Amino acid sequence: MSETKNMTLKLKIWRQAHKDAPGKMEDYTVTDVSSDMSFLEMLDLLNEQLVHENVRPVEFDSDCREGICGACGCVVNGQAHGPERGTTVCQLHMRKFKDGDTIVIEPWRAKAFPVIKDLVVDRDAFERIQQAGGYITTRTGPKPDGNAIPIGKEVADQAMDSAACIGCGACVAACPNASASLFTAAKIRQFGLLPQGQPERASRVSKMVLQMDKEGFGNCTNIGECAAACPKEIDLENIRFMKSDLRNVLFGLQK
Amino acid sequence: MTIELNPNIPEGPIDKKWEDYLGHIKLVNPANKRKYKIIVVGTGLAGASAAASFAEMGYQVTSFCVQDSARRAHSIAAQGGINAAKNYQNDGDSVYRLFYDTVKGGDYRSREANVHRLAEVSRNIIDQCVAQGVPFAREYGGELANRSFGGAQVSRTFYARGQTGQQLLLGAYSALMKMVDAGKVDLKVRQEMLDLVVKDGRAQGIITRNLETGEIEKHAGDAVVLCTGGYGRVYFLSTNAFNSNATAAWRCHRRGALFANPCYTQIHPTCIPVAGEHQSKLTLMSESLRNDGRVWVPKKKEDIKKHPNEIPEADRDYYLERKYPSFGNLVPRDVASRNAKEVCDEGRGVGETGRAVYLDFRDAIKRDGLQTVKDKYGNLFHMYQKITDENPYEVPMKIYPAVHYTMGGLWVDYNLMTTIPGLFAGGEANFSDHGANRLGASALMQGLSDGYFVLPYTLGNYLASQGVQPGGGDTSAPEFEQTEKEVKDRIQKLVDQGKKGSRTVLEIYRDLGHIMWNQVGMARNETGLKDAIQKIQKLREEFHNSVKFLGSDKEMNKHLELAGRVEDFLELGELMARDALERKESCGGHFREESQTDEGEAKRIDDQFSHVSAWEYTGENKEPVLHKEPLTFENVSLTQRSYK
Repeated sequence: MSETKNMTLKLKIWRQAHKDAPGKMEDYTVTDVSSDMSFLEMLDLLNEQLVHENVRPVEFDSDCREGICGACGCVVNGQAHGPERGTTVCQLHMRKFKDGDTIVIEPWRAKAFPVIKDLVVDRDAFERIQQAGGYITTRTGPKPDGNAIPIGKEVADQAMDSAACIGCGACVAACPNASASLFTAAKIRQFGLLPQGQPERASRVSKMVLQMDKEGFGNCTNIGECAAACPKEIDLENIRFMKSDLRNVLFGLQK
Repeated sequence: MTIELNPNIPEGPIDKKWEDYLGHIKLVNPANKRKYKIIVVGTGLAGASAAASFAEMGYQVTSFCVQDSARRAHSIAAQGGINAAKNYQNDGDSVYRLFYDTVKGGDYRSREANVHRLAEVSRNIIDQCVAQGVPFAREYGGELANRSFGGAQVSRTFYARGQTGQQLLLGAYSALMKMVDAGKVDLKVRQEMLDLVVKDGRAQGIITRNLETGEIEKHAGDAVVLCTGGYGRVYFLSTNAFNSNATAAWRCHRRGALFANPCYTQIHPTCIPVAGEHQSKLTLMSESLRNDGRVWVPKKKEDIKKHPNEIPEADRDYYLERKYPSFGNLVPRDVASRNAKEVCDEGRGVGETGRAVYLDFRDAIKRDGLQTVKDKYGNLFHMYQKITDENPYEVPMKIYPAVHYTMGGLWVDYNLMTTIPGLFAGGEANFSDHGANRLGASALMQGLSDGYFVLPYTLGNYLASQGVQPGGGDTSAPEFEQTEKEVKDRIQKLVDQGKKGSRTVLEIYRDLGHIMWNQVGMARNETGLKDAIQKIQKLREEFHNSVKFLGSDKEMNKHLELAGRVEDFLELGELMARDALERKESCGGHFREESQTDEGEAKRIDDQFSHVSAWEYTGENKEPVLHKEPLTFENVSLTQRSYK
């Protein structure tokens, strides 16, 4: 690990003042970038430099900065969350870039994710998909003992693979159809695999898929860009699972 | 103002207090519940679980978070696990043992009754989460798996890979969204609470700023529940999320809620060391790693720059195993952190800065195989490699302590109510359960305990027993106008200053972080603390005269948001230093250099400091007033904590 300091980078960044304003790409230069910085720390540095030059800083969402909260996300050189697989943009490090590089930075692009400002988008559509059925109906109170229903290790592990989704929206940004299938399917598969999720399995898939369509997300045409962009490497098996459950409901095989 | 600190602990033996309390509290009748409106601020484990539970009981709930989704609250980043006294491992665990470990781990500075209740409901939490579809780790036979955590000799920690907080939060979030869908919770995202409205001596509403539009909003409720997390970001660098802040709690403090034990901060021993000035936050490597990783530094100073794999066994100092043979690498966090600092101070620290120790998995990989280690910790190793560009399967991790959690917070009684009637605090925002040091995997337990199993009962009892009449969400009272005006004036002042300043918010904020870390951090002394107070006061003045940021308050403006939070940190930081100065003993995470045993361990002074320090705000640049709640221990005997 050898740190390179003092890299200078050219940035082309989408600037948009508010939801209804027209936006455009603007050019910036950021200096003194260290290879140990995360991509967002590089943007912090740019903003510090811009404030001193009295230029309005670039707004972007971020919170945990360790790849788990799902708040951050932008399209870096045409790829959601940038060039490194299985990585959110907060965990992308500047050692992946070289001195003098030009980097193009855009917000998620999707009809269902309107831009709020610069790189910040409105992901409320995900919330409405979640609330349409992304839960198991149980109330707070006494429950059977946690070990009352055994769940095989493999099933628990697979449910966990799906549950690892962080709801960042990269799948939508990467998909040519701007489909939210991977996000929606991950929740459906997590609950669909577990015994606790069985009673509502059929209604859950119909309600969530219906909401996804209502929000203006596109359909899935099995391209797979979503899984390639997913920072948690949620795979296409989730979408297969969702489609299979949906088919069973439509043909009355599952109620 | 005369303040009576009555903890309102129920009578009776410790293991019957909560049961008796539940049997005798006043209930709100179901038809009336829907007339009451409850404001819940924050959607982490405590906030989301409380809001969902209130709504299920029939109350109207308005829930607020600063993020764009309730699912992003910082509980999401908790890694290692959640404790519960299930005794599934048949290793002798019990409610009493969890209670005892937590009181001892907190170095006898927590309230016995609260901790016992926590241990009691810990078991319900696991059952609740399983019912919600939380995919806990399982054994091949289908039963729940456990791992060990620091400060305990039983294996009682439940986990979901290294993402336990994420899975528990998503469970609580799904319960919350279910109630949003049912129309029982009005969820307001991208909203920051900037003040509390107190009317007729009761908390009756909050003032928020819509972070998308900049609009200032008034919200009324019959009770306000604050679940807004801790204040570790006072140190600038911490493992806390970028948006974690103390503003909501601090503004309640300014309105009359006492702030308890502000100096109790937890410095977590296993974090990725600081790499440079650019750094915006630190990343935790879960305590669970200490189950299998061995902590060491070279015995000889001349070896510190050598490649670790070339240092032979005989030249390594596994200092935790050497000094604490019965707990070894699993000593509590405060002990592990202080020891790391000590070996680095001796000049035996490794890495570029000399402020790091090794956490080595060589022996675990040899013993259990690479795949087993990968299964347990894969995502943590992956994260480590991303940040440092080193492969921890081949080279030992380098780690160093970092600010992680704050045990202090708003003072609450047994009901989790603050000194302002109608204002409750849950989760990390209150002070009640962890004393001077929190044990690993207990934060998740406390957050969910408060939210699912405590607040829903105690808040109802408040409404029913105090004869609170439903206010119907009316914000027309002059108290709302007045508080709103104060918030608007404050913002206007900030924005006007921002236009003419010269130092950015981050520059001043980093300065505060340096003062706090160097002088109010892992080791504290009288001279350093007095100096810190002066430095912070000066920095606060500098902030008010020269902070610079751009943009207006009528739009999304994250620099303005940060400026407001830093303004509050600059006041809270001073209070932390004052509290640390006042507490002349060492206890848990609070280490006063003047008070140590012959072996350099924290030395409590029970006859002088066996109390909760609760501070009263008296006005800007005025000295706060200290109130004391005596702590009595009837069920554990106070001993010098030993993990040897």
